Amino acid sequence: MVLIRDLAIQGAQMLLVLALAPLFTGFVRKVKARLVRRQGPPLIQPYLDLVRLARKEVVLADSASWLFRVIPYLVFAATWVAASLIPTFRTGLLFSWSADLIAIIALLGSGRFFLALAGLDVGTSFGGIGSSREVMIASLAEPAMLMVVFTLALIAGSTQLSTVAEFMASPQVGLRVSLGLGLLGLIMVAIAENGRIPIDNPATHLELTMVHEAMVLEYSGRHLALIELSSSLKLLLYVSLLACLFMPWGIETANAAVPALAIGIGAYVAKLAVGGFLLALFETSIAKMRVFRVPEFLGAALMLGLLATLLRFVSGSF
Amino acid sequence: MTLTLALAGAAFQLALGVCAVIIGRAAAASRLIYGASMVVSAISLVAAVTHLLGAAASESLTLPVGLPWLGAHFRLDALSAFFLAVVDLGAASASLFALGYGEHEKTPERVLPFYPAFVAGMTLVVLADDAFTFLVSWEFMSLTSWALVMAHHRVPDNVRAGYVYLVMASFGTLALLLAFGLLAGPDGFYAFGQMRAAHPAGMIGALAMILALIGAGSKAGIVPLHAWLPLAHPAAPSHVSTLMSGVMTKVAVYGFVRIVFDLTGGPAWWWSIVVLALGGITAVMGVLYALMQHDLKRLLAYHTVENIGIIFIGLGLALAFKSYGMLFAAALALTAALLHVFNHSLFKSLLFFGAGAVLTSTGERDMEHLGGLIHRMPQTAFVFLVGCAAISALPPLNGFVSEWLTFQAILLSPQLPSWGLKLLVPAVGALLALSAALAAACFVKAYGVTFLGRPRTRTAETAAETDGFSLAAMFILAALCLVAGILPGIFIDALAPISTALLGERMPVQIGSQWLSIVPIAASRSSYDGLLVFAFIAMSGMFAAFAVHRLASDKLRRAPAWDCGYPDASPATQYTATSFAQPIRRVFGTVLFHAREQVEMPPPGDGRPARLTVEMSDPIWDWLYAPIAAAIGIAADRLNRLQFLTIRQFLTLVFCALVILLLVLAVWS
Repeated sequence: MVLIRDLAIQGAQMLLVLALAPLFTGFVRKVKARLVRRQGPPLIQPYLDLVRLARKEVVLADSASWLFRVIPYLVFAATWVAASLIPTFRTGLLFSWSADLIAIIALLGSGRFFLALAGLDVGTSFGGIGSSREVMIASLAEPAMLMVVFTLALIAGSTQLSTVAEFMASPQVGLRVSLGLGLLGLIMVAIAENGRIPIDNPATHLELTMVHEAMVLEYSGRHLALIELSSSLKLLLYVSLLACLFMPWGIETANAAVPALAIGIGAYVAKLAVGGFLLALFETSIAKMRVFRVPEFLGAALMLGLLATLLRFVSGSF
Repeated sequence: MTLTLALAGAAFQLALGVCAVIIGRAAAASRLIYGASMVVSAISLVAAVTHLLGAAASESLTLPVGLPWLGAHFRLDALSAFFLAVVDLGAASASLFALGYGEHEKTPERVLPFYPAFVAGMTLVVLADDAFTFLVSWEFMSLTSWALVMAHHRVPDNVRAGYVYLVMASFGTLALLLAFGLLAGPDGFYAFGQMRAAHPAGMIGALAMILALIGAGSKAGIVPLHAWLPLAHPAAPSHVSTLMSGVMTKVAVYGFVRIVFDLTGGPAWWWSIVVLALGGITAVMGVLYALMQHDLKRLLAYHTVENIGIIFIGLGLALAFKSYGMLFAAALALTAALLHVFNHSLFKSLLFFGAGAVLTSTGERDMEHLGGLIHRMPQTAFVFLVGCAAISALPPLNGFVSEWLTFQAILLSPQLPSWGLKLLVPAVGALLALSAALAAACFVKAYGVTFLGRPRTRTAETAAETDGFSLAAMFILAALCLVAGILPGIFIDALAPISTALLGERMPVQIGSQWLSIVPIAASRSSYDGLLVFAFIAMSGMFAAFAVHRLASDKLRRAPAWDCGYPDASPATQYTATSFAQPIRRVFGTVLFHAREQVEMPPPGDGRPARLTVEMSDPIWDWLYAPIAAAIGIAADRLNRLQFLTIRQFLTLVFCALVILLLVLAVWS
């Protein structure tokens, strides 16, 4: 009985993130548009886009291989699994112990690895430029992320995301310097990993500035729909991660009754709204930086993470 | 029993080597030798694995050969059995690969005699139980592998590689010789059993550790002693490159573990600082060097350097924990290092086989001349992809598990009381994370440029799939990479007798845990379940495929690439290995390698092509090796005069030397 309930909750979480991801993307776009006094597309526009893409035929480049057609599914699967392991409205999900935070980062790394391969598969210069820049960004963002994870793991005494989230929700956390540094580092990584301004512009197709869009330039139809859905999922994942680690209020623990979950879901949606609004505000108030400024930005994130970890190593009280 | 079998196997391999001298030129010789060698290695592998899984008691044996008063001691304990299994697995798969690959060899009589002898040498090193046998086997292993590097000795690069290798190998053996001399003490206890009983600690132990790090580290490829490795490993035929990179470096790790964890006494805390710092630097430098390469086999060789760094980080952590008596954490770190030894031998062998298959079917090692091979060699491309994903530490494959365990060991280290370690370990953790991320970047490059895209040359366009034997070897290794990734508990449990023997503590039993997950410390602290992650990914991928094919349009049209509306027909406009690495070269290489890019742009109207030149220098060659080589050159020039003395001057020289020696002796006693 408990197993069935847990399975149902795990399934609900998987469907919830899948359903909310395009909405969240639409929400961020809408807020951004409103902030610059535009009407903006309707909130459900990303869903409409997905449906439109799914209906269209796939135009596949002559030189594309079988790998190119498999990669959208692989990327989507890896991102979805990672997203469904993040506690959103309830900790202690049934399968949360099967992969800890380090494994979740590695899963996202798998998705990026294959997407970068897809950029090289057709053999065009735009795909190449996208892939090579993406791996350069990732080679700094991933260690920065791991350093933040180390900090959290040392504070909570666990790399298990559920345990960490429960610890962060408990009153014993308090304000800590290392947590502040970690939060800043994680936000910088999240911006870089999702290709948001100032690292990359998700709305641009101006050739020389794009990274993610250049990589997936050759995709069309249902493949592109899957890729778009994966990037929405990834954005939602990072915001959920920030929410469950640094805004843990309202999250339900493993032994909460089913009706209480409604509160958890309500709190989660509210946190997403706050996160999305802040992201849109940040993006409208800053300009995109040159590609070779990105290493400095991410180097700063890495240093913040390292500093936070060092503080934890040196003393338990920071 | 197992020991006798393994020794008989080594003897048989030696006999095969002798046989090959006689029949080396015969047409069937290649199949015969590799086939026999494979069978022997496979039998020995089964015996070693049985020994390890059964946690059998150690066996020893003394043969009346070698030094007259000593004999040759051999011993098989858990550590030896594990490394014996690694050697045998590598050798068996390399022989299977060579059944097909060896047919392309133009001068088989230069490879066949040394190949089984090389395998025998490595087997004897891990079984040796006294310093004399160990060093003789070690030197035998070095010399046979040198002969294999020199197999194609008409290529000028290979001659240089062989020369550098020979110098470095002799240097390494010298360091090991001195280490054993210190451990044996003034009474000359050469048997390992006696050294173990004496357990020299303090200054002697520390010196022996440093010498072992230099000796074994130079064979394993620790920066800055790695210089020979990327020259020598790619120069040999591919199945030998596999053995050198995947297996011989592991034998070197064995030498280090044997001396430092088994023979010397309790480690001082600063030993681990040396090992950790070198490990971290090796990991990052190795992968950065690899990123700058466009020769596929050399790139793989540099990745061996990186992975050796990761292994030494694990060993350094184990030393740190051991020196403070935190034996449980030490067992975790040691298991992580040894598991990475095993994992690396799997995927590095797989990748070198792939590079060998590409080499035989295109004749090219330079990635800039390849491309699009996924269309021509689909099966090789598939297994090579598995290898790339495994070495990039992507879940659910095996490389991730050992790196994950190393991270878990790092997270235990704030409890270490030493300040030096408190500051160093987080930095090493950052270096490890950096090297993991850069490795993924590097394998995107290696795979993308070699197998994806459009063919850059005629040879790449007309490549054909490799033979069945080679494919079988690669598929077996790829399957093992997956199995070790999704069922790591079995492998961790198999390593438990080693940490019990060396540290007196082991990791918790993993087999019984829920859903076959691995739980290194406690379930609330961290756990990972490769099987479930794999099942999850497979299920969601299939769900997505099902949903898309039910609901979405399944129309597909082939068309020219879009490329933002400016498609260029020439494959030369694709990204190459050099251009792919350009952003990373700019970020890391400007400081480390003094990378400089120069663009020569002819003025408008001038018909000459624009040129981009990239200059890079290797800091370690420039700052370490070049001065040493120059110093040796100068000293040799000075000493050269001694050749042309008159007879009287010679006599004076001899007389003076005698007097000085006698004086030294008189002062000493």
